[in-house]
Amino acid sequence: MANIAKKTLLDPLAEDNPVVLQVLGICSALAVTTKMDTAVVMSVAVIAVLTLSNLSISLIRNQIPTSIRIIVQLTIIASLVIITDQVLKAYVFEISKQLSVFVGLIITNCIIMGRAEAFAMQNGPGLSILDGIGNGLGYSVVLLITAFVREVFGSGKFYGMTVFPVVTEGGWYHPNGILITSSGAFFIIGFIIWFLRCWKTDQIEEEG
Amino acid sequence: MEHYISLAVKAIFIENLALAFFLGMCSFLAVSKKVSTAIGLGAAVIFVMVITVPANNVINNHLLKKGSLSWINSDLAGYDLSFLGFLCYIGTIAAMVQIVEMAIDKFAPALYNTLGVFLPLIAVNCAILGASLFMVNRDYTFSESAVYGLGSGIGWFLAIVGLASIRERMEYSNVPLPLRGLGMTFMVTGLMAIGFMAFGGIQL
Repeated sequence: MANIAKKTLLDPLAEDNPVVLQVLGICSALAVTTKMDTAVVMSVAVIAVLTLSNLSISLIRNQIPTSIRIIVQLTIIASLVIITDQVLKAYVFEISKQLSVFVGLIITNCIIMGRAEAFAMQNGPGLSILDGIGNGLGYSVVLLITAFVREVFGSGKFYGMTVFPVVTEGGWYHPNGILITSSGAFFIIGFIIWFLRCWKTDQIEEEG
Repeated sequence: MEHYISLAVKAIFIENLALAFFLGMCSFLAVSKKVSTAIGLGAAVIFVMVITVPANNVINNHLLKKGSLSWINSDLAGYDLSFLGFLCYIGTIAAMVQIVEMAIDKFAPALYNTLGVFLPLIAVNCAILGASLFMVNRDYTFSESAVYGLGSGIGWFLAIVGLASIRERMEYSNVPLPLRGLGMTFMVTGLMAIGFMAFGGIQL
């Protein structure tokens, strides 16, 4: 039992990462990662919503009729996201403004729907919570790595503090502008996938 | 008229939902292996978006926004239900997707079989919810929102068909083994995003 629990919690970090292997939740992983602080807030929000939605869906999984399960899941998730959105607006207003529509888009974040459908519908509440936390962490790892590279090398800052003084402010560092643009995010995730698959060779896709 | 054309061009090219805002990435990456399926999914997205964005605009302007309930009774003018927005928008979208699914099943069974599992996935395609949320954020009027919905749908369609064509050609290229499949798709999408950035300088 302890083994299964550990596996459920830790597997999504590298072995079965939701973003780079299951291809879930990419949209927000790319959009909120130009700066560390938005990425951190987004990670916390997703972990919270994912854990609670997994828990609540797993608790009522035997009562949900299969034909309308998508609507039921969406309603639960949307309600949780509304709560999260209100909390963010109350406590970290500045960042919630920068995240703009992407907090609302947690509803359609496929990680949450995907885990609800694939895991919480079949497993008990305890394991579902662990699965929620694990997948949330797996998502956060990718988010934080991407945000770290983009902020440090794209604008010479880390969490808003200057690491490399940039040329425009009298320093020596020429910021790598392409990292801030949307294409930079695609390249970084591409590289993360490349490195991860060099390490875990069983994840390589055989096609073409 | 000019205003609407510039809004549409902006939605299609400059603020392309897939390549500039990363919306709808999950299906964008998963369904872009073949051009024919990409066209089918893209068309379904255009269709759903053209209907849901104006529909959500009506809901927002006449039910949710502060003071919008005054058409029922002037006592209700003080209510602000905009916090219920997410729930209403996603409800409209889910219902629309269901209708589109039934319509395609009835009138184009071949397309229905190719799209298969991806059709219900449009409900959780962030591009569609995203377009509605951007519409609310930017306070579009009803006709503006219709143009915006159509434009964003076309933009998404162009992006996915473009990516699918590139991926079909890539069958003949020798990609490093760990980069095959998903990794390479990301790189290609990044390059496409650079291409679309060229539109960014256009002033309308």
